[in-house]
Amino acid sequence: MSPAPDTAAPLLRATGLRKSFGDLEVLRGVDLEVRRGRVLVLIGPSGSGKTTVLRSLNALTPADSGVIELDGERVDFGAPVSTRARAAERARLRDAAGMVFQHYNLFPHKTVLENVIEGPVVVQRRPRAEAVADAEALLARVGLQSKRDAYPFQLSGGQQQRVGIVRALALKPKLLLFDEPTSALDPEIVGDVLAIMSELAKEGWTMVVVTHELSFAREVADEVAFLDAGVVVERGAPADLFTAPRERRTREFLDRLLR
Amino acid sequence: MDWQLAWDSLGPIVRGAVLGTIPLTLVSFALGLALALGIALARMSRIVPLAMAARFVISVVRGTPLLVQLFVIFYGLPSLGLTIPPWPSAVIAFSVNVGGYGAEIIRAAILSVPAGQWEAGYTIGMSRALTLRRIILPQAARVSVPPLSNTFISLVKDTSLASLILVTELFREAQKIAAFSQEFMMLYIEAAVVYWVICLGLSTVQDRLERRLDRYVARS
Repeated sequence: MSPAPDTAAPLLRATGLRKSFGDLEVLRGVDLEVRRGRVLVLIGPSGSGKTTVLRSLNALTPADSGVIELDGERVDFGAPVSTRARAAERARLRDAAGMVFQHYNLFPHKTVLENVIEGPVVVQRRPRAEAVADAEALLARVGLQSKRDAYPFQLSGGQQQRVGIVRALALKPKLLLFDEPTSALDPEIVGDVLAIMSELAKEGWTMVVVTHELSFAREVADEVAFLDAGVVVERGAPADLFTAPRERRTREFLDRLLR
Repeated sequence: MDWQLAWDSLGPIVRGAVLGTIPLTLVSFALGLALALGIALARMSRIVPLAMAARFVISVVRGTPLLVQLFVIFYGLPSLGLTIPPWPSAVIAFSVNVGGYGAEIIRAAILSVPAGQWEAGYTIGMSRALTLRRIILPQAARVSVPPLSNTFISLVKDTSLASLILVTELFREAQKIAAFSQEFMMLYIEAAVVYWVICLGLSTVQDRLERRLDRYVARS
Protein backbone atom coordinates (compact mmCIF):
# COMPACT_ATOMS: atom_id res chain seq x y z
CA MET A 1 0.00 0.00 0.00
CA SER A 2 2.83 2.38 0.80
CA PRO A 3 6.45 2.13 -0.23
CA ALA A 4 8.68 -0.22 1.74
CA PRO A 5 10.58 1.57 4.49
CA ASP A 6 13.91 2.78 3.23
CA THR A 7 15.64 4.03 6.31
CA ALA A 8 18.66 5.40 4.50
CA ALA A 9 17.26 8.49 2.82
CA PRO A 10 15.02 11.04 4.51
CA LEU A 11 11.71 11.44 2.68
CA LEU A 12 11.26 14.92 4.09
CA ARG A 13 13.82 17.46 5.20
CA ALA A 14 12.96 20.97 6.30
CA THR A 15 15.76 23.45 6.95
CA GLY A 16 15.60 26.89 8.52
CA LEU A 17 11.85 27.44 8.30
CA ARG A 18 10.94 30.98 9.33
CA LYS A 19 7.52 32.57 9.42
CA SER A 20 6.10 35.80 10.81
CA PHE A 21 2.55 37.01 11.06
CA GLY A 22 3.01 40.77 11.14
CA ASP A 23 5.33 41.47 14.06
CA LEU A 24 4.84 38.04 15.55
CA GLU A 25 7.63 35.61 14.74
CA VAL A 26 5.99 32.19 14.82
CA LEU A 27 8.81 30.09 13.37
CA ARG A 28 12.39 31.11 14.10
CA GLY A 29 14.43 28.60 12.13
CA VAL A 30 12.94 25.12 12.36
CA ASP A 31 14.81 22.07 11.09
CA LEU A 32 13.13 18.69 10.71
CA GLU A 33 13.82 15.38 9.07
CA VAL A 34 11.61 12.34 8.58
CA ARG A 35 12.80 9.12 7.05
CA ARG A 36 10.61 6.87 4.96
CA GLY A 37 8.18 4.80 6.96
CA ARG A 38 8.86 6.75 10.15
CA VAL A 39 6.57 8.72 12.41
CA LEU A 40 7.54 12.14 13.71
CA VAL A 41 5.36 13.62 16.45
CA LEU A 42 5.46 17.35 17.17
CA ILE A 43 4.56 18.39 20.69
CA GLY A 44 4.69 21.72 22.45
CA PRO A 45 2.57 24.33 24.22
CA SER A 46 -0.07 26.22 22.25
CA GLY A 47 1.53 29.04 20.33
CA SER A 48 4.78 27.12 20.03
CA GLY A 49 4.46 26.98 16.24
CA LYS A 50 3.91 23.24 15.86
CA THR A 51 0.77 23.61 13.74
CA THR A 52 2.45 26.30 11.63
CA VAL A 53 5.36 23.94 10.97
CA LEU A 54 2.98 21.22 9.86
CA ARG A 55 1.05 23.63 7.62
CA SER A 56 4.25 24.89 6.06
CA LEU A 57 5.12 21.34 4.96
CA ASN A 58 2.32 21.43 2.36
CA ALA A 59 2.41 25.22 1.94
CA LEU A 60 -1.03 25.85 3.43
CA THR A 61 0.93 28.40 5.43
CA PRO A 62 3.97 29.04 3.25
CA ALA A 63 7.11 29.84 5.20
CA ASP A 64 8.80 33.22 4.63
CA SER A 65 12.13 31.49 4.18
CA GLY A 66 13.64 28.07 4.51
CA VAL A 67 13.88 24.99 2.36
CA ILE A 68 11.67 21.93 2.16
CA GLU A 69 12.93 18.84 0.38
CA LEU A 70 10.31 16.18 -0.12
CA ASP A 71 11.16 13.04 -2.07
CA GLY A 72 13.44 14.83 -4.49
CA GLU A 73 11.33 18.01 -4.79
CA ARG A 74 13.14 21.03 -3.42
CA VAL A 75 11.25 24.20 -2.55
CA ASP A 76 13.16 27.24 -1.34
CA PHE A 77 10.59 29.58 0.21
CA GLY A 78 13.03 32.46 0.44
CA ALA A 79 13.96 32.40 -3.24
CA PRO A 80 12.36 35.05 -5.45
CA VAL A 81 10.30 33.22 -8.07
CA SER A 82 7.35 34.16 -10.25
CA THR A 83 3.83 33.75 -8.91
CA ARG A 84 3.25 30.99 -11.41
CA ALA A 85 6.36 29.05 -10.40
CA ARG A 86 5.46 29.49 -6.73
CA ALA A 87 2.00 28.03 -7.33
CA ALA A 88 3.58 25.07 -9.13
CA GLU A 89 5.99 24.46 -6.24
CA ARG A 90 3.17 24.49 -3.73
CA ALA A 91 1.14 22.13 -5.90
CA ARG A 92 4.03 19.65 -5.93
CA LEU A 93 4.31 19.71 -2.14
CA ARG A 94 0.57 19.23 -1.81
CA ASP A 95 0.51 16.38 -4.32
CA ALA A 96 3.03 14.50 -2.20
CA ALA A 97 1.20 14.93 1.11
CA GLY A 98 -2.24 14.07 2.46
CA MET A 99 -3.59 16.03 5.39
CA VAL A 100 -5.97 15.31 8.25
CA PHE A 101 -7.42 18.36 9.98
CA GLN A 102 -8.44 19.02 13.55
CA HIS A 103 -11.95 19.95 12.43
CA TYR A 104 -12.10 17.27 9.71
CA ASN A 105 -13.02 19.80 6.97
CA LEU A 106 -15.08 17.24 5.09
CA PHE A 107 -17.03 18.60 2.14
CA PRO A 108 -20.55 18.97 3.58
CA HIS A 109 -22.28 18.91 0.18
CA LYS A 110 -20.76 15.58 -0.79
CA THR A 111 -21.48 12.12 0.53
CA VAL A 112 -18.81 10.10 2.34
CA LEU A 113 -17.90 8.28 -0.86
CA GLU A 114 -17.84 11.49 -2.90
CA ASN A 115 -15.56 13.07 -0.31
CA VAL A 116 -13.11 10.21 -0.63
CA ILE A 117 -13.05 9.89 -4.44
CA GLU A 118 -13.02 13.64 -5.18
CA GLY A 119 -9.21 13.87 -5.18
CA PRO A 120 -8.47 10.58 -6.97
CA VAL A 121 -11.08 11.17 -9.70
CA VAL A 122 -11.08 14.94 -10.21
CA VAL A 123 -7.43 15.74 -9.49
CA GLN A 124 -5.52 12.52 -10.16
CA ARG A 125 -7.86 11.52 -13.01
CA ARG A 126 -7.99 7.89 -12.02
CA PRO A 127 -10.85 5.79 -13.42
CA ARG A 128 -13.94 6.30 -11.31
CA ALA A 129 -14.69 2.60 -10.84
CA GLU A 130 -11.19 1.98 -9.57
CA ALA A 131 -11.35 4.97 -7.20
CA VAL A 132 -14.71 3.80 -5.86
CA ALA A 133 -13.40 0.27 -5.24
CA ASP A 134 -10.37 1.66 -3.40
CA ALA A 135 -12.55 4.03 -1.39
CA GLU A 136 -14.91 1.24 -0.38
CA ALA A 137 -12.02 -0.93 0.76
CA LEU A 138 -10.58 1.94 2.83
CA LEU A 139 -13.99 2.75 4.33
CA ALA A 140 -14.45 -0.91 5.26
CA ARG A 141 -11.09 -0.83 7.01
CA VAL A 142 -12.23 1.95 9.32
CA GLY A 143 -15.66 0.36 9.79
CA LEU A 144 -17.63 2.89 7.75
CA GLN A 145 -18.68 0.87 4.69
CA SER A 146 -22.33 1.31 5.66
CA LYS A 147 -21.94 5.11 5.67
CA ARG A 148 -20.74 5.51 2.10
CA ASP A 149 -23.86 7.37 1.01
CA ALA A 150 -24.31 9.42 4.18
CA TYR A 151 -23.59 13.14 4.33
CA PRO A 152 -21.04 14.38 6.87
CA PHE A 153 -23.72 15.99 9.07
CA GLN A 154 -25.18 12.52 9.63
CA LEU A 155 -21.92 11.25 11.17
CA SER A 156 -20.46 11.61 14.65
CA GLY A 157 -17.20 13.48 15.13
CA GLY A 158 -15.21 10.27 15.34
CA GLN A 159 -16.79 8.94 12.16
CA GLN A 160 -16.10 12.22 10.37
CA GLN A 161 -12.46 12.10 11.37
CA ARG A 162 -12.17 8.53 10.12
CA VAL A 163 -13.54 9.71 6.78
CA GLY A 164 -10.98 12.53 6.93
CA ILE A 165 -8.22 9.96 7.30
CA VAL A 166 -9.61 7.82 4.48
CA ARG A 167 -9.86 10.89 2.23
CA ALA A 168 -6.16 11.54 2.80
CA LEU A 169 -5.19 7.87 2.27
CA ALA A 170 -7.16 7.64 -0.97
CA LEU A 171 -4.71 10.07 -2.57
CA LYS A 172 -1.92 7.52 -1.98
CA PRO A 173 0.37 10.26 -0.72
CA LYS A 174 4.01 9.79 0.20
CA LEU A 175 3.51 11.62 3.46
CA LEU A 176 0.59 11.92 5.87
CA LEU A 177 0.17 15.09 7.92
CA PHE A 178 -2.06 15.12 11.00
CA ASP A 179 -2.98 18.45 12.61
CA GLU A 180 -4.27 17.69 16.12
CA PRO A 181 -6.57 15.01 14.70
CA THR A 182 -8.20 14.14 18.02
CA SER A 183 -8.44 17.55 19.68
CA ALA A 184 -12.04 18.14 18.61
CA LEU A 185 -13.25 14.66 19.56
CA ASP A 186 -15.09 13.43 22.65
CA PRO A 187 -12.62 11.67 24.98
CA GLU A 188 -14.19 8.23 24.54
CA ILE A 189 -13.71 8.33 20.74
CA VAL A 190 -10.13 9.60 20.76
CA GLY A 191 -8.83 6.04 21.20
CA ASP A 192 -10.55 4.78 18.01
CA VAL A 193 -8.88 7.40 15.86
CA LEU A 194 -5.49 6.93 17.51
CA ALA A 195 -5.78 3.16 16.98
CA ILE A 196 -6.24 3.70 13.25
CA MET A 197 -3.24 6.01 13.18
CA SER A 198 -1.13 3.40 15.00
CA GLU A 199 -2.09 0.82 12.40
CA LEU A 200 -1.07 3.16 9.60
CA ALA A 201 2.28 3.69 11.30
CA LYS A 202 2.79 -0.08 11.55
CA GLU A 203 1.96 -0.44 7.87
CA GLY A 204 4.86 1.81 7.04
CA TRP A 205 3.24 5.14 6.22
CA THR A 206 5.46 8.15 6.76
CA MET A 207 3.67 10.48 9.14
CA VAL A 208 4.09 13.85 10.80
CA VAL A 209 1.64 14.29 13.66
CA VAL A 210 0.87 17.33 15.79
CA THR A 211 -0.87 16.14 18.92
CA HIS A 212 -1.38 16.60 22.64
CA GLU A 213 -1.77 12.85 23.11
CA LEU A 214 1.53 12.06 24.78
CA SER A 215 0.70 8.37 25.17
CA PHE A 216 0.30 8.15 21.40
CA ALA A 217 3.64 9.89 20.94
CA ARG A 218 5.29 7.51 23.38
CA GLU A 219 3.91 4.37 21.75
CA VAL A 220 3.86 5.19 18.06
CA ALA A 221 6.46 7.86 17.35
CA ASP A 222 9.91 7.00 16.07
CA GLU A 223 10.97 10.51 16.94
CA VAL A 224 9.42 13.28 19.02
CA ALA A 225 10.25 16.95 18.55
CA PHE A 226 9.42 19.43 21.29
CA LEU A 227 8.77 22.94 20.00
CA ASP A 228 8.60 26.11 22.00
CA ALA A 229 8.54 29.75 20.86
CA GLY A 230 9.13 28.86 17.22
CA VAL A 231 12.17 26.59 17.56
CA VAL A 232 12.74 22.87 18.02
CA VAL A 233 14.00 22.82 21.59
CA GLU A 234 14.73 19.14 21.70
CA ARG A 235 14.19 16.06 19.61
CA GLY A 236 14.82 12.40 20.13
CA ALA A 237 13.38 8.94 20.53
CA PRO A 238 10.26 9.02 22.71
CA ALA A 239 11.85 6.73 25.29
CA ASP A 240 14.67 9.24 25.82
CA LEU A 241 12.70 12.45 25.50
CA PHE A 242 9.89 11.45 27.83
CA THR A 243 11.98 9.78 30.52
CA ALA A 244 15.11 11.92 30.44
CA PRO A 245 14.52 15.28 28.75
CA ARG A 246 17.74 17.24 28.37
CA GLU A 247 16.24 20.73 28.26
CA ARG A 248 14.60 22.54 31.13
CA ARG A 249 11.71 23.79 28.95
CA THR A 250 10.94 20.24 27.82
CA ARG A 251 10.92 19.05 31.42
CA GLU A 252 8.58 21.82 32.50
CA PHE A 253 6.20 21.13 29.65
CA LEU A 254 6.10 17.39 30.33
CA ASP A 255 5.68 17.94 34.06
CA ARG A 256 2.67 20.18 33.46
CA LEU A 257 1.06 17.67 31.11
CA LEU A 258 1.83 14.47 32.96
CA ARG A 259 1.11 15.68 36.48
CA MET B 1 -67.50 46.85 -13.18
CA ASP B 2 -67.32 45.76 -16.77
CA TRP B 3 -66.72 42.02 -16.36
CA GLN B 4 -66.70 41.45 -20.07
CA LEU B 5 -63.84 43.93 -20.43
CA ALA B 6 -62.02 42.32 -17.50
CA TRP B 7 -62.19 38.97 -19.28
CA ASP B 8 -61.35 40.35 -22.73
CA SER B 9 -58.36 42.26 -21.43
CA LEU B 10 -56.92 39.23 -19.67
CA GLY B 11 -55.81 37.78 -23.03
CA PRO B 12 -53.55 40.69 -24.03
CA ILE B 13 -52.25 41.13 -20.47
CA VAL B 14 -51.29 37.45 -20.12
CA ARG B 15 -49.79 37.57 -23.60
CA GLY B 16 -47.75 40.57 -22.45
CA ALA B 17 -46.56 38.52 -19.52
CA VAL B 18 -45.71 35.46 -21.58
CA LEU B 19 -44.07 37.29 -24.48
CA GLY B 20 -42.65 40.26 -22.56
CA THR B 21 -42.33 40.16 -18.80
CA ILE B 22 -41.34 36.52 -18.37
CA PRO B 23 -38.74 36.16 -21.14
CA LEU B 24 -37.33 39.61 -20.28
CA THR B 25 -36.96 38.51 -16.66
CA LEU B 26 -35.44 35.13 -17.48
CA VAL B 27 -32.93 36.43 -20.02
CA SER B 28 -31.91 39.38 -17.85
CA PHE B 29 -31.58 37.24 -14.75
CA ALA B 30 -29.50 34.55 -16.47
CA LEU B 31 -27.11 37.12 -17.96
CA GLY B 32 -27.16 39.11 -14.72
CA LEU B 33 -26.21 36.09 -12.65
CA ALA B 34 -23.21 35.29 -14.85
CA LEU B 35 -22.23 38.95 -14.62
CA ALA B 36 -22.73 38.91 -10.85
CA LEU B 37 -20.35 35.97 -10.42
CA GLY B 38 -17.76 37.72 -12.59
CA ILE B 39 -18.09 40.99 -10.68
CA ALA B 40 -17.98 39.18 -7.32
CA LEU B 41 -14.75 37.36 -8.26
CA ALA B 42 -13.25 40.57 -9.63
CA ARG B 43 -14.18 42.38 -6.42
CA MET B 44 -12.34 39.70 -4.39
CA SER B 45 -9.37 39.61 -6.76
CA ARG B 46 -5.89 40.50 -5.56
CA ILE B 47 -5.43 42.45 -8.80
CA VAL B 48 -6.15 45.93 -7.53
CA PRO B 49 -7.45 47.61 -10.73
CA LEU B 50 -9.86 44.72 -11.28
CA ALA B 51 -11.19 44.95 -7.73
CA MET B 52 -11.54 48.74 -8.07
CA ALA B 53 -13.45 48.38 -11.35
CA ALA B 54 -15.84 45.91 -9.73
CA ARG B 55 -16.42 48.24 -6.78
CA PHE B 56 -17.14 51.07 -9.22
CA VAL B 57 -19.73 49.06 -11.18
CA ILE B 58 -21.46 47.94 -7.97
CA SER B 59 -21.48 51.49 -6.66
CA VAL B 60 -22.99 52.95 -9.85
CA VAL B 61 -25.63 50.23 -10.16
CA ARG B 62 -26.73 50.59 -6.56
CA GLY B 63 -26.38 54.35 -6.43
CA THR B 64 -28.52 55.31 -9.43
CA PRO B 65 -32.21 54.64 -10.12
CA LEU B 66 -32.99 51.80 -12.47
CA LEU B 67 -35.38 54.06 -14.41
CA VAL B 68 -32.55 56.55 -14.99
CA GLN B 69 -30.26 53.72 -16.17
CA LEU B 70 -32.94 52.60 -18.64
CA PHE B 71 -33.42 56.14 -19.96
CA VAL B 72 -29.68 56.72 -20.34
CA ILE B 73 -29.36 53.56 -22.42
CA PHE B 74 -32.47 53.98 -24.54
CA TYR B 75 -32.93 57.77 -24.84
CA GLY B 76 -29.42 58.95 -24.02
CA LEU B 77 -27.05 56.79 -26.03
CA PRO B 78 -28.63 57.68 -29.44
CA SER B 79 -27.24 61.21 -29.02
CA LEU B 80 -23.80 59.56 -28.99
CA GLY B 81 -24.71 57.74 -32.17
CA LEU B 82 -25.51 54.47 -30.46
CA THR B 83 -29.13 53.44 -30.93
CA ILE B 84 -30.23 50.27 -29.16
CA PRO B 85 -33.75 48.90 -29.70
CA PRO B 86 -36.15 48.69 -26.72
CA TRP B 87 -35.75 44.98 -25.90
CA PRO B 88 -31.94 44.85 -25.89
CA SER B 89 -31.85 48.16 -23.98
CA ALA B 90 -34.06 46.66 -21.30
CA VAL B 91 -31.98 43.46 -21.15
CA ILE B 92 -28.76 45.46 -20.76
CA ALA B 93 -30.14 47.65 -17.98
CA PHE B 94 -31.76 44.79 -16.07
CA SER B 95 -28.87 42.35 -16.33
CA VAL B 96 -26.32 44.96 -15.25
CA ASN B 97 -28.62 45.73 -12.35
CA VAL B 98 -28.84 42.09 -11.32
CA GLY B 99 -25.07 41.90 -11.81
CA GLY B 100 -24.44 44.72 -9.34
CA TYR B 101 -26.77 43.55 -6.60
CA GLY B 102 -26.09 39.86 -7.20
CA ALA B 103 -22.32 40.38 -7.00
CA GLU B 104 -22.54 41.45 -3.36
CA ILE B 105 -24.83 38.53 -2.55
CA ILE B 106 -22.48 36.03 -4.18
CA ARG B 107 -19.42 37.61 -2.59
CA ALA B 108 -20.99 37.36 0.86
CA ALA B 109 -21.97 33.75 0.17
CA ILE B 110 -18.44 32.81 -0.92
CA LEU B 111 -17.00 34.48 2.18
CA SER B 112 -19.45 32.56 4.36
CA VAL B 113 -17.82 29.23 3.40
CA PRO B 114 -15.23 28.38 6.10
CA ALA B 115 -11.54 28.76 5.18
CA GLY B 116 -11.05 25.07 6.05
CA GLN B 117 -13.00 24.14 2.93
CA TRP B 118 -10.49 25.96 0.71
CA GLU B 119 -7.66 24.25 2.60
CA ALA B 120 -9.23 20.81 2.26
CA GLY B 121 -9.52 21.42 -1.48
CA TYR B 122 -5.85 22.43 -1.70
CA THR B 123 -4.70 19.41 0.28
CA ILE B 124 -6.41 16.98 -2.08
CA GLY B 125 -4.43 18.65 -4.85
CA MET B 126 -6.91 21.14 -6.22
CA SER B 127 -6.00 24.53 -7.64
CA ARG B 128 -7.78 27.69 -6.48
CA ALA B 129 -10.06 27.66 -9.52
CA LEU B 130 -10.97 24.01 -9.13
CA THR B 131 -11.60 24.41 -5.39
CA LEU B 132 -13.82 27.41 -6.11
CA ARG B 133 -15.84 25.52 -8.69
CA ARG B 134 -16.21 22.13 -7.02
CA ILE B 135 -16.06 22.92 -3.31
CA ILE B 136 -16.86 26.56 -2.59
CA LEU B 137 -19.50 27.61 -5.13
CA PRO B 138 -21.85 24.65 -4.46
CA GLN B 139 -21.85 25.62 -0.79
CA ALA B 140 -22.16 29.32 -1.56
CA ALA B 141 -25.12 28.56 -3.84
CA ARG B 142 -27.10 27.24 -0.92
CA VAL B 143 -26.50 30.39 1.10
CA SER B 144 -27.29 32.72 -1.77
CA VAL B 145 -30.61 31.22 -2.91
CA PRO B 146 -32.86 33.22 -0.55
CA PRO B 147 -31.30 36.65 -1.26
CA LEU B 148 -30.99 35.92 -4.98
CA SER B 149 -34.65 34.90 -5.04
CA ASN B 150 -35.42 38.34 -3.66
CA THR B 151 -33.48 39.90 -6.52
CA PHE B 152 -35.29 37.67 -8.99
CA ILE B 153 -38.75 38.57 -7.70
CA SER B 154 -37.87 42.26 -7.64
CA LEU B 155 -36.75 41.92 -11.23
CA VAL B 156 -40.13 40.51 -12.30
CA LYS B 157 -41.76 43.68 -11.02
CA ASP B 158 -39.00 46.02 -12.17
CA THR B 159 -39.51 44.87 -15.77
CA SER B 160 -42.70 46.99 -15.70
CA LEU B 161 -40.33 49.97 -16.07
CA ALA B 162 -39.51 48.68 -19.55
CA SER B 163 -42.98 49.87 -20.60
CA LEU B 164 -41.49 53.39 -20.44
CA ILE B 165 -38.97 52.55 -23.16
CA LEU B 166 -41.63 51.04 -25.40
CA VAL B 167 -41.12 47.38 -24.61
CA THR B 168 -44.35 45.45 -25.04
CA GLU B 169 -44.89 43.68 -21.77
CA LEU B 170 -47.55 43.02 -19.18
CA PHE B 171 -47.93 46.52 -17.79
CA ARG B 172 -47.80 48.26 -21.15
CA GLU B 173 -50.67 46.07 -22.41
CA ALA B 174 -52.71 46.99 -19.33
CA GLN B 175 -51.93 50.68 -19.85
CA LYS B 176 -53.04 50.60 -23.47
CA ILE B 177 -56.38 49.00 -22.66
CA ALA B 178 -56.86 51.32 -19.69
CA ALA B 179 -56.27 54.41 -21.80
CA PHE B 180 -58.67 53.16 -24.42
CA SER B 181 -61.47 52.05 -22.06
CA GLN B 182 -60.90 54.52 -19.20
CA GLU B 183 -61.23 51.58 -16.73
CA PHE B 184 -57.99 52.47 -14.91
CA MET B 185 -58.77 50.92 -11.54
CA MET B 186 -59.85 47.59 -12.93
CA LEU B 187 -56.99 47.17 -15.40
CA TYR B 188 -54.23 48.17 -13.02
CA ILE B 189 -55.60 45.82 -10.36
CA GLU B 190 -55.75 43.12 -13.03
CA ALA B 191 -52.11 43.77 -13.93
CA ALA B 192 -51.15 43.67 -10.25
CA VAL B 193 -52.88 40.31 -9.80
CA VAL B 194 -51.05 38.82 -12.78
CA TYR B 195 -47.68 40.01 -11.35
CA TRP B 196 -48.64 38.53 -8.02
CA VAL B 197 -49.52 35.16 -9.55
CA ILE B 198 -46.15 35.05 -11.34
CA CYS B 199 -44.32 35.80 -8.08
CA LEU B 200 -46.34 33.19 -6.19
CA GLY B 201 -45.16 30.63 -8.73
CA LEU B 202 -41.58 31.76 -8.27
CA SER B 203 -41.82 31.49 -4.48
CA THR B 204 -42.82 27.85 -4.92
CA VAL B 205 -39.81 27.25 -7.13
CA GLN B 206 -37.60 28.93 -4.51
CA ASP B 207 -38.97 26.64 -1.78
CA ARG B 208 -38.22 23.55 -3.82
CA LEU B 209 -34.73 24.73 -4.68
CA GLU B 210 -33.96 25.51 -1.04
CA ARG B 211 -35.15 22.12 0.08
CA ARG B 212 -33.04 20.45 -2.58
CA LEU B 213 -29.93 22.40 -1.63
CA ASP B 214 -30.56 21.78 2.08
CA ARG B 215 -30.40 18.01 1.75
CA TYR B 216 -26.87 17.97 3.16
CA VAL B 217 -27.57 20.24 6.11
CA ALA B 218 -28.72 19.06 9.52
CA ARG B 219 -32.27 20.13 10.33
CA SER B 220 -32.77 21.17 13.89
